[in-house]
Amino acid sequence: MIDANNYIALSLILFCIGIVGVMVRRNFITVLMSLELMFNAVNLNLIAFSFRLSDLAGQVLAIFVITVAAAEAAIGLGLIIALVRLKDTVALDDADLMRG
Amino acid sequence: MDVLAANFAEILFYTLAVLTVAGAVGVVTLKNPVHAALSLLFTFLMVAVLFVLSHAEFLAAVQVLVYAGGIMVLFLFVIMLVNVKKLAPGAAFLSGIAPLAVVGGVLLGVLIAVAVLFGVLAAGNGDGTALRMVDGHEIGNTEAVGAVLYTTYLVPFEVVSVVLLVAMIGAIVFGRRSAALGPGEGETQP
Repeated sequence: MIDANNYIALSLILFCIGIVGVMVRRNFITVLMSLELMFNAVNLNLIAFSFRLSDLAGQVLAIFVITVAAAEAAIGLGLIIALVRLKDTVALDDADLMRG
Repeated sequence: MDVLAANFAEILFYTLAVLTVAGAVGVVTLKNPVHAALSLLFTFLMVAVLFVLSHAEFLAAVQVLVYAGGIMVLFLFVIMLVNVKKLAPGAAFLSGIAPLAVVGGVLLGVLIAVAVLFGVLAAGNGDGTALRMVDGHEIGNTEAVGAVLYTTYLVPFEVVSVVLLVAMIGAIVFGRRSAALGPGEGETQP
């Protein structure tokens, strides 16, 4: 069988790529995509431990994570629409309305 | 045969892992948001196959339906809405993507079938059976998840529904045309 360590390593790599994407990209949409990548890494970890421990709690928790990810995507994309209406841009550098 | 099956699982896992990481790197590195979104879609589908491989069949279906179906459509919709000026009229990227999409779909089907086949093989070894048990009977992953979700985790389930309601109201408020205007200016709009 595949060792759970392999899943954890893959989850770690995915999460790191997601963090890099959130930090590096200027495009708001791509930053949200990188966030979804990180949610997927978390889900992969939960599933791996659910399989390793033969416990369904991990899978139920992954369902909750997917729900929160969907809510986050809806609100984040709503924010993008609002930002485009206000400033006509999706670059995060230009979202500086509250800068003093 | 057991040795072959075990090695086969390893090969399948590492292939999927490499493809998943490649898709994730594509999300971060590709400049065109549409290309990044398609790369993200590929990553979601590969993760779905990985879910099947670790006996989470119901979550694999949820992953395809919610992520690949719902969230990706939302992303692509917003990209189309935002980049209207950049996209040439009658943009041609869909026709070039279509053969790749067909190949990818067939590949995903084969991968899921193989993963399910391997899951059935592994079930004989006593692995993952606990993820299909309901009251001592082995029924299926979906039924088992539902039995746990609606009994042990009923309160968190209800709380999550409130979270979804709040997110829906928030998305509607953000999406209103008058939300981008200052206070009082929104009322004058029809």
